[in-house]
Amino acid sequence: MFEFVKLKNVCVNLSHRSILTDISLSLISNRVLTLIGPNGAGKSTLVRIILGLIKPNSGTIIRSNNLSVGYVPQKLHLNTLLPITVERFMKLSRKTNNIKIEEMLKRVKAESLKFCQLQKLSGGEMQRILFAKALLNNPNLLVLDEPTQGVDVMGQLALYKLINEIRHELQCAILIVSHDLNFVMAKTDDVICLNNHICCSGTPETVCNNLEFISIFGLKRVQELAIYHHNHNHIHNF
Amino acid sequence: MFELIFPGWLAGVLLSLTTGPLGSFIVWRRMSSFGDTLSHSSLLGIALSIAFNVNSFYAILILMSFIAIILAWLEELLPVSLDTVLNIISHSSLSLGMVFISLISSKKEINITNYLFGDLLSVTKNDLITISISSILILSILLFRWHSILSSTINEELSQIDGINVLYARLTIMLMTAFTIAIAIKFVGALLITSLLIIPPATAQHFSGSPEKMVIIAIIVSILSVTGGISLSVFYNTPASPSIVLCSSFLCLISNIKKHFY
Repeated sequence: MFEFVKLKNVCVNLSHRSILTDISLSLISNRVLTLIGPNGAGKSTLVRIILGLIKPNSGTIIRSNNLSVGYVPQKLHLNTLLPITVERFMKLSRKTNNIKIEEMLKRVKAESLKFCQLQKLSGGEMQRILFAKALLNNPNLLVLDEPTQGVDVMGQLALYKLINEIRHELQCAILIVSHDLNFVMAKTDDVICLNNHICCSGTPETVCNNLEFISIFGLKRVQELAIYHHNHNHIHNF
Repeated sequence: MFELIFPGWLAGVLLSLTTGPLGSFIVWRRMSSFGDTLSHSSLLGIALSIAFNVNSFYAILILMSFIAIILAWLEELLPVSLDTVLNIISHSSLSLGMVFISLISSKKEINITNYLFGDLLSVTKNDLITISISSILILSILLFRWHSILSSTINEELSQIDGINVLYARLTIMLMTAFTIAIAIKFVGALLITSLLIIPPATAQHFSGSPEKMVIIAIIVSILSVTGGISLSVFYNTPASPSIVLCSSFLCLISNIKKHFY
């Protein structure tokens, strides 16, 4: 149980508008934290704070030394003018070798894409490559920004299964940002509901034994998903 | 005849060794406005060199390095309106240079044509030594920092998370570009130096599967353009620098046509 990143009372303002208010959370080894919230809640900003890409206006962030981070962004604004193969792109990470690259590509089921040009990949293929790249240097913290967006049902299950395996193997902290307000990955330890501030937080409820759920979603899907019950004590006025 | 054109040709080839890789980065990073701003500000450098009676090369070099650092910092500060700001800086510094020159040098005449288009065939042995040393220097720095610059060019966020200092990478490219432009202006001219940086990599883009391959093909295209341009200027008495640019544009056109029919 190792606390890799700790945020305390973090506030972020951009152009005199408050984006995040009073955020406190911890990213702990072998624990999955799912961050959910509506559009414009500040999820992307919070992810950037955690990754160290922007600095908060107030509050503290404590990061452990030599933290190895793997980041799988939602959309990669790739430089389409640069011709580069998937293999070369993966090689850009330090301390990596061909065997490791091959291994990671196999895990995300993308080994056939090894010699493709990066610009020619579809969105889903690109996401798998980014995931493989994030895993290359054995990250202590793995951040996945809306990983299931645009992925079909079987793909989602496979993805959650893979995330679980990674979590146990690497004992890393995992942060998943999800656009779904109700369903989270079944093995999530903590959920935070965000809308500028932390509206509520808690643990999800697994529904694998709920017969009604099974009849609606099917047995397989139900095993990988959990419901998160929000417990808000306030209303946002817009 | 050969002795007349060989130094000019050699200067062009040596310059190609640095304009190839740097031009590729300028194309990838969409920095052509930076190149233009730097080259237009060189007139201000010339004005300052006359005013303070220093060697024009060093005045231009120092001024451009200064502007390169400011531009790198500006890119960080205003990513959206950068295009407009660059235009303002570019034309303001050019105009400031021209006004300054007219005010201080009622006696001295500046050969504007030489400044705008350079004089490749007037290169001396000392110039060749200067160009060689700077090319070796720039290439060494590029090779040393190749990995981090390439990584930050592909995606700044991912490389920042990987621990690469993206500001240093940007600064390196800009200062190297400023240095190359300062060296090349005397021979190629301020007006056309940016096109010599950009057109060969643009031509190479269709034939490359990796960044290194694109750089090498850009260097080859640049050398071919220099050869063709100088030949044109020798046989038809056209100015060297625009002839070189025309050759490289021609090669670019052919490569585009080939791409469509391939």
